[in-house]
This record gives sequence, structure tokens and C-alpha cells, in this order.
Amino acid sequence: MPTLFQQIQAGKVWDFHGGIHPPSRKERTNQKPVALLDIPDRLYIPLRQHIGVAGKLLVKVGDRVLKGQALTQADNAMAVPVHAPTSGTVLAIELHTSTHPSSLAEPTLILAPDGMDEWRPRKPLDPEQADAYTLLERIQESGISGMGGAGFPTHIKVNVKQPVDYLIINAVECEPYITADDLLMQERASDIIAGIEILVKLLSPKAVLIGIEDDKPIAAASLKAAIGQRDNYFVREVPTKYPSGGEKQLIQLLTNKEVPAGRRPLDIGIVMQNVGTAFAIAQAVLDDIPLIHRVVTVAGETLAQQQNVLALIGTPISDLLNACGFQAEPQQRIIVGGPMMGFAIADWSVPVVKTTNCILAPTEHELGAASEEMDCIRCGACADACPASLLPQQLLWYSKAKDQDKLAEYNLSDCIECGACAYVCPSEIPLVHYYRVAKAEIRETQREALKAEQAKARFDARTERLEREKQERLERNQQLAAQRVAQQQASGLASQSAAAVQQALERTQQQAAPALDKEQIIAERERKKAEALAYQQQKQQAQTAEPASIQTSEQTEDPRKAAIAAALARAKAKKQAEAQSEVAAEPAPAEATASDADAKKAAVAAAIARAKAKKQTEAQSEVSAEPAPAETAASDADAKKAAVAAAIARAKAKKQTEAQSEVSAEPAPAETAASDADAKKAAVAAAIARAKAKKLAEQPQTEAAPATDVAEPVAVPTESTPEQDAKKAAIAAVIARAKAKKQQNSEPL
Amino acid sequence: MSIITALWALGILALIFGAVLGYAAIRFKVDADPLVEQIDEILPQTQCGQCGYPGCRPYAEAIANGDDINKCPPGGDATIKKLADLMGVEAKPLDAAQTPAVKRVAFIREDECIGCTKCIQACPVDAIVGASKQMHTVLTDECTGCDLCVEPCPVDCIDMVPLASSIERWKWDLKAIPVKVLES
Repeated sequence: MPTLFQQIQAGKVWDFHGGIHPPSRKERTNQKPVALLDIPDRLYIPLRQHIGVAGKLLVKVGDRVLKGQALTQADNAMAVPVHAPTSGTVLAIELHTSTHPSSLAEPTLILAPDGMDEWRPRKPLDPEQADAYTLLERIQESGISGMGGAGFPTHIKVNVKQPVDYLIINAVECEPYITADDLLMQERASDIIAGIEILVKLLSPKAVLIGIEDDKPIAAASLKAAIGQRDNYFVREVPTKYPSGGEKQLIQLLTNKEVPAGRRPLDIGIVMQNVGTAFAIAQAVLDDIPLIHRVVTVAGETLAQQQNVLALIGTPISDLLNACGFQAEPQQRIIVGGPMMGFAIADWSVPVVKTTNCILAPTEHELGAASEEMDCIRCGACADACPASLLPQQLLWYSKAKDQDKLAEYNLSDCIECGACAYVCPSEIPLVHYYRVAKAEIRETQREALKAEQAKARFDARTERLEREKQERLERNQQLAAQRVAQQQASGLASQSAAAVQQALERTQQQAAPALDKEQIIAERERKKAEALAYQQQKQQAQTAEPASIQTSEQTEDPRKAAIAAALARAKAKKQAEAQSEVAAEPAPAEATASDADAKKAAVAAAIARAKAKKQTEAQSEVSAEPAPAETAASDADAKKAAVAAAIARAKAKKQTEAQSEVSAEPAPAETAASDADAKKAAVAAAIARAKAKKLAEQPQTEAAPATDVAEPVAVPTESTPEQDAKKAAIAAVIARAKAKKQQNSEPL
Repeated sequence: MSIITALWALGILALIFGAVLGYAAIRFKVDADPLVEQIDEILPQTQCGQCGYPGCRPYAEAIANGDDINKCPPGGDATIKKLADLMGVEAKPLDAAQTPAVKRVAFIREDECIGCTKCIQACPVDAIVGASKQMHTVLTDECTGCDLCVEPCPVDCIDMVPLASSIERWKWDLKAIPVKVLES
């Protein structure tokens, strides 16, 4: 039993499952030399022409570029640059329809050639001297990606660590019409062999197998002649059958090995390159000509001259067609790629890119449009034709049902989209098309699953971070509270706050005790009232300086300090009271002689009004809030004080709202609460005033004063309506009360 | 006598088994409900809260406790189908207003942004970058299209825009069939 290598050496060629024999129609173009075209008026060079990512743009609009100059720079492994196919000026870098079945716009550089065709300096390499790294770098910098169709970056494909048994050069070109590689082999066989030698240097394979269909005898002969006496270079002529040029099919033909599903040929020690890629490598290394042109078959019966042309990358397809004597039919279809795997384009200005091997402009008679799709009759012809040994009818079934699990089970991913099944289908079902849609959907699902995973990770990270920040804030607050206690004890105000703390603590302890008896509660309330009164008197004594300062508006500093201190004391007392029901927490209850029910109602109304007022302030500009301080702003100094007082009142009110069952939290609304509506209105006004006052209080006082001044004129027009007047009166009343309460000064504003 | 022996034997056996079972209960304890994990895997992780729960995981827990499986608009019918398979219940139509089929992402009109950071705080996946009084912007790749940032914006400068189609994400159009049949 001879080994595999011996069998290969002996010239054995195997076979693969399925395949079809469509009319080749290659005779129209394979006898004519490759034509050279004039430089077109405009070149549209897409920045990305391969599988991977676009490089970094190196030129800007208006730059003059030389032939072969890199327009983008490969800044990562999956990027290959694009080059200027001729010298000229960069007209624009904008979106232009891509040479892709989607016809979506892609970033494209538009070059206006100057006709000089002036080269940049070229630095040919000697492949004998250069090391592998230099060669790979040159391959990448020359923008070479696979020219057979997929456009995978070549430098990645040939930069392998694993041992390579066979380098297979794909010269099969099995699709009808296309003869671009055929002509290249006929004309430039020695260059191709030079390119293969560079690949051999990079990959060091046991043997080089060149697979070529037996309908290209001239090309095969010229390759054999170019190979000469080289060892282990084998040209293997394979029978003409579509799709022999598929990577996996050709591997099977030449080595009888099957690439396992989901694996690459490299995993079984094989690297395959297209003959066009080998030629491009030779040009890049030996002549330093980057990938700026390629041979394109232009065929179809609407053309006067069907031929192969050497087209600059970026040449609009319409230019190519016109150069070949194109006479468009009504409803003319232009197909990029072959009739089996190509796609129709809507916009004929799309450019030739690195993977464009053929442009078809067929007549209606020559290549009919797809006819009516009929139901599958389950004849099984597609399964016989499938080169990947799949079950196309089952795949069709599950594609229509969008059953991704079943599609995976039936190995949809192994479909090479060759179109053999659709070709043999008697019901004219465009099977491949269904598979393409299904594949795109599977990719989308996978991408979404990945995104969901990332989103989840980000969400978890965020939740964790928020939790951590909350902990940190809590710790910081505790530290600050401790510091504050220390400071207060040191300051002169310590006695007051300490008394307040003491009171609050007592309250808490008392409330904690199970004092459910009604009489007890009443007695307690009375006692608390007395306590509160005492507290207020104490406070009044401490703040005797305040009323004077307000009237004279000279000593603004002292009352402010005192007010802040008082607020701090209250806040502290509040905290330690632990949010229990605070029947007599504040001095306010002394005033609140109204019944519990009324006060409660008023408090609820006030809370609702505050929420409403908050929304209003968010939605509108602060104009509506401004009348209140404006009204009270008898003088600048007064306004400042009112702001401070209001801020304190607001802080207090907010705290009270947070606490539960605030029986007499808001004496002000309680008093005015003749009806719910009135109370609401007043509360809204008060809330707005508070919001405004907060702003003013937060600003430095010097800023606050002009702000109030500005507010005054705004307030004037709004005073005209009676409703506004009532509102304003309420606002004034609230602020007056708040101020009065705080300062224990009954003097009206 | 023989009864006592039997009782002894059974008692010792009971003790041994009890010890083994007790040890196994600790040693092989299942930390979380694996069903919740499975449901959470299926949910689209937009964390949008449209189901009425504050995130995908809480909804997953709710489903595990018997809530309806049709409350996830971002997941759509595909998610409902998978949940129905997992939970062994009938798939139901989506329990919400018809959501747009196209995937959308948030877009901040940057000229109008006042830099209030409210949207940053609202974003469940930290897909908005910016600082106080600085312009904010959305990381399109990370945005799950949950809409949660639209409401808090005080100047209404956030739009939900359909995700731009790209060649990578493009799906073949069944109407434009390029596969040709050659007549010989």
C-alpha cells in the first residue's frame, strides 16, 4: 500500500461527492490576451476590501498621491492597507456604494488621476536574502488579501507555526465564464512560480500541488514549463467539474483528505493560496508593486468585446463595461463574480476591488432571470449535487422555519454556498439564498448572545460598584458625623445642641417603651409640648441678636451662622431620633394646636404639592419660582435673609416629610388649610419658593443679591392675574412664617 | 433477644445513613437555583425593566417562581419561545405594545446636552460616558437600547435611533436573488 505522498507523487487525483457540469462558456475569453485599459477619470477605492478591519487613513482630501503609495496603514493584524493605483489627487473621502451584495455605502477614497502614472520609489526585495518577517511585512504592507473570492489577509494565512505538509495552489477556476486566472497563468507563469517560491520559503511544505482543471491545457503547459526541474512541484489536472475550486473540494481532490467541520485546512497540514495571490506576492516582493490592479474577466453577450482586462483597483465597473463595447438591454443585470456565486449590482459605479474576478453583463436570453419558485418535491437531486455532502432539502426546510438548532445539527455552517443545489433544483428554489439568510441570522443571534453576555457583565460590574460606593459614602458620613460632634462640643453652641440631642434621646427612649395607653400618650404629648416650649424659649434667648440684625441688615454673618448651627442641631437630633413618630420633635408643635386630622391632611397635601412642584421646576425654567423671593425682597439684605430662612425651613420640611407620621410637620399649611385646594396651592407656592431659595442660598451671597434683583422685573407681569396674586400672598405668608418660626420674631415683613 | 439485635442493627444503619445523607447535603449543596441561571441566560440582558422587574435577573427569578414568560419586549418572540421550551409551558404572545422590530440604540444630541449626568446614572450597563457639565455620549457598541436614559434627560436630547446597518450585520434580501440558472 503506497503512502499518501507516494500516491500524490504518482499523480493520483481523487474525487469529491456531488458537483455539477454547467456550460463553461470560457472559450469566449480564454484565447484573447489581457487588455490594458486607459486610466479612468475617477477611481473609487474602498478603504476596506478584505475580511477584517480597515487600516488607518494616511492621506487627506487634496493630497497628491503617487502610484503605489499607501493610502491606509495597517495598524493591527487583521488590517491590510490599500494603495493609490496611479498618481493623482485625493478628491474626497466619503461614503460610496460598496461592491457587495448589500450595496451599502462604505468609506471610499475618490482619486482623480493626473495621467502621469508617477511611481513612488520602489524597493524590491531579494527573497533569497530577506527573512520571513521581512517577507510577511512586505506582503501585509502591499495590501495582499486572498484573490480567490473571500479576501482573507494573506500575511495571516501564511504566518503559521504548525508544520505544513502541502501548499496547494488553487488554479482551478471552476465557475463558468471566468478566465482571469487562466490568462494570468498563460501570460505570467514564471511570476506565479516565483510567488510560489516565496510562499514555499515561508511555509516549507513537503510538496507544492497546483490544482488546475483539464479545460486549461495552455495554462497547465506554461506552468509546467515555468516549474522546470524544481523538485516536489506537481501540476495536477483535475476533471472539469463545478465546484472543484472550492477549498475543501480541491483538498479532497488532490490529497483525499477532508477538512473536519468547523476546522481549517491548516489543521490537517494544508495551506491553500490562489494563483492570483501567488502572482501578487511575486510582484510585491520582487518588484515592490503593491496590489493596485488585477485581471478581471468582462463577459456577457451585451459586450462587443468579451475579454480579460488588467483593471486598476477602484475602476468603476461601468468604465470597464464601456471599454468593452457595452450595449445595455432594458432591465440589464450586471453580475459581479461568476453566474453561480456572484451577485447582481444595482449601482454600476461600484468599483473593482481586490476580490473582483469577473463582471458579467449577460443578455436576458443568455442568463435568464430567476423564474417562479415552486414547492420542493423532495426529489433529492440537490443532495446528490451537494459537494459538501449535506442535505439541502432539509436545510431549506429548517431555514424557512428558522430553526437554528436543527440547522446546526444539519451542518449548515459547512455549506460553501456554491449554488450547485439551486442549479439542479427542478422546482427552481433559490436554495443558497435561503442558506445565506439563515447564516446571517445565526451570526446575528451569536452576536446578540455575545452582547447580552457583555451587557450582563457590565450590569453586574455597575451594581457592584454602586454597592461599594454606597458603603464608602456610609463610612464617610459616619466619620463626618463623629467629627461634627467633636466640633460642636468644642464650640459655644455645644450646650444647645447637646440639650437637643439629650431631648431627642429621651424621646426615643420613651417612645421605644410600650406606652400604648391613651392617657399616657396624651400626658406625654403635653409634657413634650412643655419641653418644646422650653426649648424654644431657650433658643429665643440665644438668638436675641437676630431680629435686630434683620431690621438693620448690617450683621448678616451672625444670624446665618446661628441658623446653620440650629439646622445642624436639628438634623442631628433628627438622626438620633431614628425616624420614630415625632409628635413633638420640633418647636413647631407649639404653634400647632389644630386637630391631628387637619394637620395630617395638610402634611399629605404638602407632600403631594412638593412632588408636583419639583416636576414643575424641572420642566419649566425657574421663572415661575422667581416671584416668591422677588416679592419678599424688600431690600437685598432682606432677600438674603429670607433665602437663608427659607432654605432652613425647606431642609426642615424635607426632613419632616421623610420621617413617618408627621402629625404637625407643617404648621403653615395647617393654618391655611381652610380647604384642601387652598392648602395645596399654598404648599406648591411654598415648595417653589423653597426650591428657589435653595438655589439662592447655595450661591455666594454676593451673587444671590443680583439674582433676586433680576427676578424682580420678571415677577412684575405675573402679578397682574388675581390667581397669581393669591399665590404670591400665600408664598409670602409661608416664607414669613418660616422666617418667623425660625427667628421667633413676630414682626411682619 | 433477636428483636433487640434487629433493633440495634437497624438503629446503627439508620445512624450511618443519616450521617451520610447529612454529609452529602452539606458537601453537594446547590448554591443557587440553576433554573434561574438558565432563564437568565435566555433573557437578552438589556436590563431595561420593561418587564416590571429591576433587571433581567430579578425577572428570571420571578419566572422561576411562576411569573409569565411573555413580559420581555427586547427579547421578543424568540426569547418567549426559548423560555416556553425551558419552562415547559405554552408560548404566549408578547404582553406589551408592539415593539419596533429594528434594534435601536440611544443617541445624545451633543449640542443640546447640558451635562447633568442624569442619563449616566440611569444607564444600567454604563454605556454613557461624560462628566458633570461636560457633554455626554453613548457607547453605541455597549448600548442595549433599553430606553432608560430617555426619561431622566431634563432637556430631552436623547433619541432612540435605529442601529445603522453595516455590511457585517447585513442579511441577504430574499427578493434580490442573485443565483442564476444557466441554460445549456
